[in-house]
Amino acid sequence: MRIPILKLHDYLLISVQVELDDQTALRFQEDVLEKIHEEGSRGVVIDLTSVEMIDSFIAKVLGDVVDMSNLMGARVVLTGIQPAVAITLIDMGIVLDEVPTALDLEQGLERLQLELEG
Amino acid sequence: MQVQTHVDINSEWGIVAARQAGRKLAREIGFGSVDQARITTAISELARNIYLYANQGQIKIEEVTESGKRGMKIIASDEGPGIKDLRRVMEDGFTTSGGLGAGLPGVKRLMDEFGIESEQDEGTVITTIKWLR
Ligand SMILES: Nc1ncnc2c1ncn2[C@@H]1O[C@H](COP(=O)(O)OP(=O)(O)OP(=O)(O)O)[C@@H](O)[C@H]1O
Ligand SMILES: [Mg+2]
Repeated sequence: MRIPILKLHDYLLISVQVELDDQTALRFQEDVLEKIHEEGSRGVVIDLTSVEMIDSFIAKVLGDVVDMSNLMGARVVLTGIQPAVAITLIDMGIVLDEVPTALDLEQGLERLQLELEG
Repeated sequence: MQVQTHVDINSEWGIVAARQAGRKLAREIGFGSVDQARITTAISELARNIYLYANQGQIKIEEVTESGKRGMKIIASDEGPGIKDLRRVMEDGFTTSGGLGAGLPGVKRLMDEFGIESEQDEGTVITTIKWLR
């Protein structure tokens, strides 16, 4: 399974709509980094509205995508994290440190613009 | 009638199958969305540990009733290498695989009851329960 990555000007937009098994998560990580490199993207919005569970493995993959993208010069904003998922992550003691978040894709894009200009 | 299912964990697909079965049962028992996410996440952690550290094993999920309380029990069992230092693996951040080390301490916090039995070279059985509120 592959998660589609859309390009919008300098940005990449990704909406995760599938159940994230380990392979899909790891391939997603690679695909995002390659696409940033190919397109010279400055920002990435990853929308997690449809994601019903984030365990420690998926949290690590997401955190790594953010760090690696930053290293490549692209800012990442995570959007649409469900309340149940946010609560579970806090219970688990997992903090996605210093990762910018926003409520939805639209606000995510605004947040990116701020991050990049500010 | 009380429901019971088990999922064999011997590939990454077993992890996905176990959490799907877990979410379904949690919903049927009547857990709300937050507890469904907690239970599904706990199952995912336990199933991945089986796959990573023991190669194979089993996740058993069942409805439980006890002195008027209803809940869901998860039993994760394997015949892998076992856990040497039980106290250590419950510390946040302890990992032997470059993970976050958030799995076992996380499961303990997500669920209401938690117990590990492990014997070196014999395997590990982790039993955990979430009560319906
Ligand atoms: N079923 C098991 N059999 C043998 N050892 C285990 C088993 N489950 C866990 N362990 C040991 O306990 C350690 C801690 O497990 P825990 O799930 O908390 O963290 P992790 O798997 O290392 O990382 P994470 O779950 O955050 O990705 C593991 O690194 C492993 O050494
Ligand atoms: Mg683990």
